[in-house]
Amino acid sequence: MGVDKRSFLKQIEPEGLNQVVPDDFPGKVIPGGNGGNIVVSTLDNVINWGRSNSLWPLYFGTSCCAIEMMQTGAPRHDFSRFGFEVARPSARQADLIIIAGTIVNKMAPVLRRLYDQMAEPKYVIAMGACAISGGPFFYNSYSVVKGADHIIPVDVYIPGCPPRPEALLEGMIMLQEKIKTENMSKKVNPIDGFDEGEGKFVK
Amino acid sequence: MKNEDLQNIINGFGENLEFTTEESEFLNVIVPKEQLHEVCNQLKTNSNLKFDYLYCLTGMDWGTDLGVIYHLESTELKHLIVVKVKTDDRENPTLDSVCDIWRTAEFHEMEVFDFFGIKFNNHPNLKRLFLTPDWDGFPLRKDYVDEANMIVK
Repeated sequence: MGVDKRSFLKQIEPEGLNQVVPDDFPGKVIPGGNGGNIVVSTLDNVINWGRSNSLWPLYFGTSCCAIEMMQTGAPRHDFSRFGFEVARPSARQADLIIIAGTIVNKMAPVLRRLYDQMAEPKYVIAMGACAISGGPFFYNSYSVVKGADHIIPVDVYIPGCPPRPEALLEGMIMLQEKIKTENMSKKVNPIDGFDEGEGKFVK
Repeated sequence: MKNEDLQNIINGFGENLEFTTEESEFLNVIVPKEQLHEVCNQLKTNSNLKFDYLYCLTGMDWGTDLGVIYHLESTELKHLIVVKVKTDDRENPTLDSVCDIWRTAEFHEMEVFDFFGIKFNNHPNLKRLFLTPDWDGFPLRKDYVDEANMIVK
């Protein structure tokens, strides 16, 4: 018996495909599946496991935090244990950018350009006081950007001046945990709406 | 050479030189700006001094006076000295360049011009070094105002 799928669904759920969404509904509506979510969420787990354990960091060391970051990569702390194996000098090959140092106004467009060049999905770690808020250069400075999150969306903030390697490792593992909770169908690109001032409050 | 001996030699180079070692391990010489080039020239050429190495040149804003601090060393005789020069003209501060005596001063003076707006006579290429050519004002002066970028405390 050949039944058209659309008319069949209309029989069992009259408004199923033409749901009326109120105009003031704040979120984005994602149509519900018919059991496919079990497959998708299992797939999500596998993909997230893979992504979180093979993050390739792009080094963006602009000052003394970079020394601690190098130490984190060196044998004593060795972040390749957690899958941050290959540190890339090229944005095209990286999916995590570690901002280790002061961002000045002259450097800001460079940082934004590097972020835009990275392939999605991409993640950002702001390491140290300068990358978080401008740190010691917050007051009376004409040249320092007061926090890297004025330029690009940041996933993890690591306080310290500079943070110890253990702190950086903690932050990187925290990012891995964040990636492990991701959902492919509900993934929001953090740069969407960022320049309009909405990026910090992604639902 | 001890600071007292340095002072005795340098004292003859000009009039109204001020000497102090307060809060400093080196002998500080405050030179009137008219005599700066002549005194520096003698510091370099005097056979008992031979200050052949200008290892630091700093621009300074004391709030009322603008000025430059020169750290000098003799690589041969191993003594050090600090030379200070001030000007109270904030609108159009002008000092003599020492880059014909120590070549390294050329870039240092460009930097001081960039951040403090002090002009140097006889400098071969005085222009903005770090900031963009169209920058308005001199950001390391105490009275610099930038409402967009600066959070004043």
